[in-house]
Amino acid sequence: MWDFIDERKSQIAFNTYQHASLVIQSVLVATVIAVGIAVLLVRAPRLQGVANIVSAIGLTLPSFALIGILLPLTSIGPTTAFIAVTFYAVLPILRNAVVGLRGVDATLLESARGMGMSELTSLWRVRLPLAWPVIFAGVRVSTQMAMGIAAIAAYVKGPGLGEYIFTGLTQIGGANAINYAVVGTVGIILVALVADALLLLLGRFTISKGIRA
Amino acid sequence: MTTAPDLTKDEQGEPSSTGGGEVSGAEIVLRDVVKQYPGQKTPAVQSLSLTIPAGEIVMFVGPSGCGKTTSLKMINRLIEPTSGTILIDGQDVKQQSQTELRRRVGYVIQGGSLFPHMTVTKNIAIVPKLLGWDADRISTRVDELLDLVGLDPERYRDRYPRELSGGQQQRVGVARGLAADPPVILMDEPFGAVDPITRQRLQDELLSIQRELRKTIVCVTHDIDEAIKLGDRILILQEGAQVAQYDTPEVVLSAPANDFVADFVGAGSSLKALSLARVNEVELRQEVTATIGESTAEVRKRVEDAGSRSVVVLDGRGRPRGWPWLRQLKGETIVEPTEDLVNLDQRATLNDALDTMLSSSHGGAVVTGDRDQYLGVVDFDAVTAYIRNLEAEHE
Repeated sequence: MWDFIDERKSQIAFNTYQHASLVIQSVLVATVIAVGIAVLLVRAPRLQGVANIVSAIGLTLPSFALIGILLPLTSIGPTTAFIAVTFYAVLPILRNAVVGLRGVDATLLESARGMGMSELTSLWRVRLPLAWPVIFAGVRVSTQMAMGIAAIAAYVKGPGLGEYIFTGLTQIGGANAINYAVVGTVGIILVALVADALLLLLGRFTISKGIRA
Repeated sequence: MTTAPDLTKDEQGEPSSTGGGEVSGAEIVLRDVVKQYPGQKTPAVQSLSLTIPAGEIVMFVGPSGCGKTTSLKMINRLIEPTSGTILIDGQDVKQQSQTELRRRVGYVIQGGSLFPHMTVTKNIAIVPKLLGWDADRISTRVDELLDLVGLDPERYRDRYPRELSGGQQQRVGVARGLAADPPVILMDEPFGAVDPITRQRLQDELLSIQRELRKTIVCVTHDIDEAIKLGDRILILQEGAQVAQYDTPEVVLSAPANDFVADFVGAGSSLKALSLARVNEVELRQEVTATIGESTAEVRKRVEDAGSRSVVVLDGRGRPRGWPWLRQLKGETIVEPTEDLVNLDQRATLNDALDTMLSSSHGGAVVTGDRDQYLGVVDFDAVTAYIRNLEAEHE
C-alpha cells in the first residue's frame, strides 16, 4: 500500500488538488447563483412553488443520469464535470437561502426602509448579513455533497480523485484494484474534512459576532 | 373636533418643553390625507387634516385599528397616501424621493428594532453613513448621542444589541433616530416592549432630551397615560382616523370633546390629573450629597451635622448613582453604590413620583434635570402639600 502511494506521490497530490479545486470553484459559482435566485424568489413569492419542485426533482435525479444528459451537449471533459457539480451544489444552498432570506424579521426590513435605505442597500447591509448564517450552513452541506459528485464526474474524464475509484472498479481482481479504490475514497474523505474545517474558519470571519450562535 | 392647532398652551407660556434649547423641529401639515387600500370598502384613513407645530410632541392615540400607525407612516411615505398633501416645513413630501425624505425624518419603533448583526456604533451610524458623513464626524456624533441617551460610550459603543437590556436597546434606538439631527422624528409605540419601570425611565429621558433639542416628535401609542405624560398635544383618533379631539392633555382631561373621548380617557380621570402635574412643580428637598471618591468620615460628619441619616451619592459629573443610609457607608472613601437607583426626571409626573417613592426605602425619590444632573429629592410630604394646595385653589 505505502509503496503504491509512494510511487504515485506527485500524481496523487495533483489529483487531490484538482479535486479540491473543482469543488471549490463549483461551490463558489453555485453560491452566487443560488443566492441570486433566492433573492428573486423572495421578491416574487409566486415563483416559489416552481422553485421547490425544480429543486426536489433535481435532488432525486441521479448524478449519473445528469451527466448522461449533459454529455451530448458539452462532451467529455472538465466542463461537463464542472456543470454537473455546480448544478447539485446549487440545490442545498438555494433552499437555505430562501429560508434564510424569508426568515429576516419584517420589522427590521421596515426599519431599514424607514431610515432611508434603498432596496439594494437594505438587501446588502441588512437582509443578506442576517440570512448569512443559514445560507452558509447550506454552503457547508453543499461542499460535502459536491465532494462525492465530483468523484462520479471522473466518469466523463473530469479532474480529481474519482479517477482512482473508477480505475479500481475496472480492475477488480487485479493487483492494485484495492489500492486504487482506497486511495481515491480516503483521499476524498480527507479533502472533505479539510474543506469543512476551512469553512468553519471562514464562518467565523463572515458571520457577525452579534448573531453567531 | 377642531383640526386647527390650539395655541392656548403657548399663550399661557407653559408648554412642557420650555426651558430648553431653541426649536430645531419643523412644522408638519396634513391636508385631506386619505388612505384607501384596494379591496376594502371603507378607507383606513378618511380625510385627515392636522397641523403639528414645530418643536412639539404630538401623541396619536386611539383603539387598535383606528389608523394611527397608518397616519404616522404616511408622513415618511412608508405608506403612500391615496390622496391629500403632507408638508414638512412647507415642503411637499411627494416632491422628494422616498430615500431622501426618510433620511431627514427620524424613525424609532418598538424595542428599538436594532440590527442584531451590527454594533451599537454601526446601528447609530446608519443614516449618517447613508448621508455620506466622514468617519471622524460619525464617531464624534455616535459618542455624543450615546451620552445624550445616558449610555457610557466607552462601555457600550462596541456592544452588539443582544448584549444590551431591553431598555438599553430602546435608548440606542432613540439615538439612532436622532443620529443625523433630523427636524422631525416619528415614533411607533417606542416604549411598548419594556417593563413599566424602564418605560417610565425612558419616558423621562425622552422628555429630558426633548427639552434640550425641541424636535417635532410624532408618537403613536395606545396608552392614554403615556400620551398625557409625553404629549404637548394629544390627537385622539376614532375608526378611519377621524379626529375625535386634538388638544392639550389638560383640555382632553378636563373637557373631553365627546363620549368617545371620555370613554377612552377613562374613569378616574381626576386621578389622571396627577399625570398632569410634574415633579418640578413640587418643592424639592435638598438632601446632603457626596461625590464618589470623597472621604467617608467627612461625608458622615456632614450628614450628621445636617441632621440626616442618608446621603445622595453623585458621580464625577453630578449624576446621582445611589442613595445609601449612613450605616451602609463602608471603607475609607465613598465608592460607586451597587444599588440600582431609580431617578425621576424633573418632567416626570406625580403619578410616576408616587410609584417610585412607594418602592423606595426612603419614602422619596431623587430628581434629575438635563443630562441626569442632580436637582433634589421629592417625598410624600411635598406631594401631599402640592395636592392640598391645588384643592385650596379650586375652592
